[in-house]
Amino acid sequence: MARYQNMFTQVQLRGPLEAGPRLPAGSFSRGELSTYNYWAGKIGAAQIGPIYLGKLGISSLVCAFLSFEIIGLNMWASVNWNPIQFVRQLPWLALEPPGPEWGFTLFVPLAQGGWWQMAGFFMTSALILWWLRTFRRARALGMGNHVAWAFGAGIFLIITLGFIRPMLMGSWAEAVPFGIFPHLDWTAAFSIRYGNLFYNPFHCLSIAFLYGSTLLFAMHGATILAVGRYGGEREIEQITDRGTASERAALFWRWTMGFNATMESIHRWAWWFAVLTPLTGGIGILLTGTVVDNWYLWAVMHGYAPSYPGTGVIDPATLPGAPK
Amino acid sequence: MSRRVSKIALGSIAGLSLVLLGGCELGRKQTEQTGYRGAGLDQIIDVAHMKKAAYIPPEPYALPADGGPTAAQTYKNVRVLGGVSADRFNHLMAEISQWVAPPAEGCNYCHNPENMASDEKYTKVVARRMLQMTQTINSRWSDHVKQTGVTCFTCHRGNAVPEYKWAIAPGAPNPGSIRGNKFGQNTPDANVGYTSLPYDPFAQYLYGKSEIRVAGNTALPSPDSRVSIKDTEKTYGLMIHMSTALGVNCTFCHNTQSFRAWNMSRPQRVTAYYGIRMVRNINDDYIASLQSVFPGYRKGPEGDPYKVNCTTCHQGQNKPLGGVSMIAQAPALKGPLIQTALLESGAAPVAAPDQAAPVTAQK
Repeated sequence: MARYQNMFTQVQLRGPLEAGPRLPAGSFSRGELSTYNYWAGKIGAAQIGPIYLGKLGISSLVCAFLSFEIIGLNMWASVNWNPIQFVRQLPWLALEPPGPEWGFTLFVPLAQGGWWQMAGFFMTSALILWWLRTFRRARALGMGNHVAWAFGAGIFLIITLGFIRPMLMGSWAEAVPFGIFPHLDWTAAFSIRYGNLFYNPFHCLSIAFLYGSTLLFAMHGATILAVGRYGGEREIEQITDRGTASERAALFWRWTMGFNATMESIHRWAWWFAVLTPLTGGIGILLTGTVVDNWYLWAVMHGYAPSYPGTGVIDPATLPGAPK
Repeated sequence: MSRRVSKIALGSIAGLSLVLLGGCELGRKQTEQTGYRGAGLDQIIDVAHMKKAAYIPPEPYALPADGGPTAAQTYKNVRVLGGVSADRFNHLMAEISQWVAPPAEGCNYCHNPENMASDEKYTKVVARRMLQMTQTINSRWSDHVKQTGVTCFTCHRGNAVPEYKWAIAPGAPNPGSIRGNKFGQNTPDANVGYTSLPYDPFAQYLYGKSEIRVAGNTALPSPDSRVSIKDTEKTYGLMIHMSTALGVNCTFCHNTQSFRAWNMSRPQRVTAYYGIRMVRNINDDYIASLQSVFPGYRKGPEGDPYKVNCTTCHQGQNKPLGGVSMIAQAPALKGPLIQTALLESGAAPVAAPDQAAPVTAQK
């Protein structure tokens, strides 16, 4: 049997643990906690740690823990603190936002949705603090902030769903519940209420970018793995050299589809597709209910809903004498 | 070494695939296209789990010819069926005893054998109201029950109390607290197909008259269309109940292109529209009126009599009893025919009179 030849992850280096650059004065220490792990080396770097926590990291984790606990304890309370029912019903359990009777009241009583507001506040704080942390850590390493902005795109979608759109609609009841099945049922109900989200052009864009992201990820991942035997992971330094992994990879795509992304541009393609998925999705959410109330009728209005033969069925409520 | 690793990897992938397939239903399927091609309008029936044909009891004896003295002339205290001939009245009584009364008790389930005219048993008072109800269903609600009609057996199926029924669900023990309080949802419940949707759509939609329609009726927002997602979830729960009760999926009535548009829906949606109003009529006017008649052990946890929903008759079939009509053997249950809106306006829910007409939005 032919062995899979690849220079990736074949050799695990062992030596003095890499500590990384020195920290600025006044930072939390990274600690000495680092080690080698053989199995981690199978999927990535064998060295685990040291992790940099810092003030932002610790406050983010505290907020995330509070949010997680509020959600979990509310779910547990909803089954009368019964541990068995908590486990059995976990996929169904939820922490629901305030009902429509509360409008966009800032401080709803805890049992009526106040816990949801609090969990949402701490979750958002945790995300923003972690975002700042990715920003600051990238700066500290002299990197660009691409990771932070990509993460920010996802955070934008979350805040749109849970805060900005409910604020624009004037009702917390528009927001997503915390819970496994409940948030899925919310999604289906959202599309039913607003007349089929598939006619929302920004939903279409978001799907295109989502599927495009998986396609690009597959193409790029496959290309680099396929030229791994020539050191393809050393993409940039090989860009112009003849016969290198890089040239073969480029040639492969020109042969098969006439065009190739470059070793640099493929990462821009991937980054933009990934980032535009939640950005366009978030815009589609923002427009729903605020600017458009029924996406199907909106598509009819703009002449792009496909037209099928009618069935001739008439709404009985419009007939004289029919029961209402 | 690497060979062992790849064996383990292959084994895990195969095992994982099997686990993922665990949610699949492998049995034979029957599919039927029910609308215009390409729009997903079809019914997929899992043959192995299809509802078995219901047992239909033979008539106690052949229906006697009409005529002769009426029940009112023959018996005392006959208030609903007084105009029916005594022979046919007795035939119906024999059927009711077969369809509803426990076999051990027979006539005595409702009647005092010493004095058949007496109303001393609550079951007789209930039965009288149910006869009126059945006549109303067969006449006023012919838009729903069509010419098939219903008899006592459609719901009772040989049981004194129909098997599928509902009562007002008890509220949370501590309404002001989160303890033991799911706010009426997020519970695995067969009523709503084990989704996390609000699991008691009945009190609000089949007893009360809450608005079921949730989708916006104009393309752009308007102040008169302010339905929350939470209300949408309640309607959704009712729809899941209907789908389960009838053993069909959403496209049995709706075109998912727009759940709301009637001109793309199937005629079955009109039948369902009248069905919902019929059930409200049954619960509001017939069952609720028996509140003081039913004894405590025939009532739900909140002290209200058990009411009907779609499952009470349908029991997993889109036509109760598989569409078998039993009304011919109980003609007294037909009741006077009442003209209804559909018949008057001539806009009966016939399929596709104008196939070429483009679909336009319906306001």
